[in-house]
Amino acid sequence: MTDLLDPPVQLPPADEVVHGHDHDEHHGPTGILKWLTPTDHKIIGLSYTVTSVIMLIIGGIFAEIIRAQLATPNGTLVSLAQYNELFTMHGSVMIYLFAGPFAFGALANIMVPIQIGAPDMAYPRLNALSYWLYLTGAITMLSGFFTAGGAANFGWVAYAPLSNSVNTPGTGADLWIGGLLLTGFSAIFTGVNLCATIFYLRAPGMTMFRMPIFTWNMLVTAILILLAFPVLTAGLIMLYCDRHFGTHIFSVQGGGVPVLWQHIFWFWGHPEVYILALPFFGMATEILAVFSRKPVFGYKGMVFATLTIAALSLGVWAHHMFTTGVVLLPFFSIMSLLIAVPTGIKIFNWIGTMWRGEIWFSTAMLMAIGFVVTFLIGGLTGIYLASPPLDFFTHDTYFVVAHFHSVVMALVLAAMGGLYYWGPKITGYMLNERIGKLQFWFLFIGTQVFTFPQYALGLDGMPRRIAVYPHDPQWKWLNDWSTFGAILIGISTIFFIVNVAVSWKKYPAGDNPWDAQTLEWFTTSPPPHHNFYRLPPIRSERPTWDYNHPEHRSVAHGAEHAVVHESEPAS
Amino acid sequence: MKTEAKILLGLGTFFGLMCAVYWNWSLENAGGVMMFCGMLLCFIPGSYYWWWSRHMKPRTEDDPNATQAEGAGFIATFPGTSIWPFTLGMGAFFVVLALVFGIWFLVPGLFLVVWALFGGTAEGRRGGQH
Repeated sequence: MTDLLDPPVQLPPADEVVHGHDHDEHHGPTGILKWLTPTDHKIIGLSYTVTSVIMLIIGGIFAEIIRAQLATPNGTLVSLAQYNELFTMHGSVMIYLFAGPFAFGALANIMVPIQIGAPDMAYPRLNALSYWLYLTGAITMLSGFFTAGGAANFGWVAYAPLSNSVNTPGTGADLWIGGLLLTGFSAIFTGVNLCATIFYLRAPGMTMFRMPIFTWNMLVTAILILLAFPVLTAGLIMLYCDRHFGTHIFSVQGGGVPVLWQHIFWFWGHPEVYILALPFFGMATEILAVFSRKPVFGYKGMVFATLTIAALSLGVWAHHMFTTGVVLLPFFSIMSLLIAVPTGIKIFNWIGTMWRGEIWFSTAMLMAIGFVVTFLIGGLTGIYLASPPLDFFTHDTYFVVAHFHSVVMALVLAAMGGLYYWGPKITGYMLNERIGKLQFWFLFIGTQVFTFPQYALGLDGMPRRIAVYPHDPQWKWLNDWSTFGAILIGISTIFFIVNVAVSWKKYPAGDNPWDAQTLEWFTTSPPPHHNFYRLPPIRSERPTWDYNHPEHRSVAHGAEHAVVHESEPAS
Repeated sequence: MKTEAKILLGLGTFFGLMCAVYWNWSLENAGGVMMFCGMLLCFIPGSYYWWWSRHMKPRTEDDPNATQAEGAGFIATFPGTSIWPFTLGMGAFFVVLALVFGIWFLVPGLFLVVWALFGGTAEGRRGGQH
């Protein structure tokens, strides 16, 4: 088995590999039709990327207004009602419209088919439908601000009975439900698409245990989407029926059970946390390996850790409901604490990947290291919250807010790392590294300055979701620091926008600017229609590296008798 | 194909065990039912993949020693550009707006949905062309 030394096989142009009905594709529609009728996963993914980054900016503006309001104890920037709308829509936009779609709609949509050597997603038209449902869902949800009653204001979790038609009568709430139905179906379709693509469209030699970690994580994410999102959709339909058709599923008066909403919501909501996190774990893993010039440390351990997280994720939902008093505390506490084990494996593997590597501190690498540090802080404080006595003490305080903002800001760091790492592949042009590093430091330091005071505030008893708070010098001081951190994060986002503008088509990237490892770096930047003109032999989880560095090839996974490291002494 | 099946069957088995422990311990039905359905959602496709992995021809993507030349040739048919996903998406948008603003939104909504269904099906029959 020495075909690693052979040149890659020249495939005929992709259109001929594929049953040739689309010869006119290379000169496909231009202008507005190009964006209305695409079935190419790269164009759909680019639409997703732009839309979700706009959502990040919209959600970020809400966050800045919230922090400005909290800079003084009796802030008068917004009214109490407007404040409720703002924190509801901040959470909703960031969770439903940014973090998820950015991961599985934008970067995974573009990268997963290329990483496994596929010509496109398995269902290109379903993929396009996903995007249109996501876009219209986002418009529906945000258009609540233009209705007389304002946008939804019951928190992003829409707890019953606060969300019923008596307590929240406006159209804003209905638009929130409708928008979520649309984006929910969008996510389900993307999940179907990712599963089918990964199961059926891999290149020859690309066995499951040679897929890049990002693709593995996206597969597990897609399975979790299929397990979790239908539950939310069903719950939303029940909520709508309660609001408009007089059913009493979630109301005590008619014999319903309000806490059932919490069960349904969190049965979706906690797997959703991993649906958000796993793609960014995958991005960070890729970046850390590439910029340490090493293979991923503990590849199989990483895969099994991801699968373990998925397995446990279905049994932890009620740790959000400890204070309801009607859930089985020991079960959910044990399951939640167990999640720390696979997550810990991942943290050690990330460190192991960097250990004694030739580390290249590019912007993407800095973002990935920032992700590991910030995620560790968020993860460790999560372990406290999995313990019921500690949770009773901190539930609905700023400690919880700080915990999940550490987690999600870590994801934002990884997301930015992903954009710097894969941006050249998607667009063909690099982003400016100096502005990028400036962005990293503002984002990283801003995140810590933003969350640390909130941990202290939470332990001091400041509840979340309040627009005004008592005159306490220490609370004011801590809130001021938190607001200062939020401003730093805002400035970092401005740096990103400036960077995109400054670097617009300025620094051509070439096919493999990072000397990277996985298959997407073997094709051109941007990849052609149907992605590949030729493919290298796939003998390990980093085929591009093996091809470019035949003297430092990876030890093959799966093929016992395949050629291994050349310089390895015979045993 | 065996690895794919094992992933789903493994997850399903774990969900089943977890469901049994949880349901017997807590006697709380909502979570028990949802975990049970989660188990089924893994077992149904997983057992199909397992069955299919034993009946299908071996695939090059499951062969660690496959060369690119072995896999060259027909992969699948992919559609060209299509307006129907957009039409269907806009139809779904109007149908959802009917939930909020009034039943009359169903008129354009269902019209677009039905139009997209017919248009998309016809397009598929022509082989994924316009």
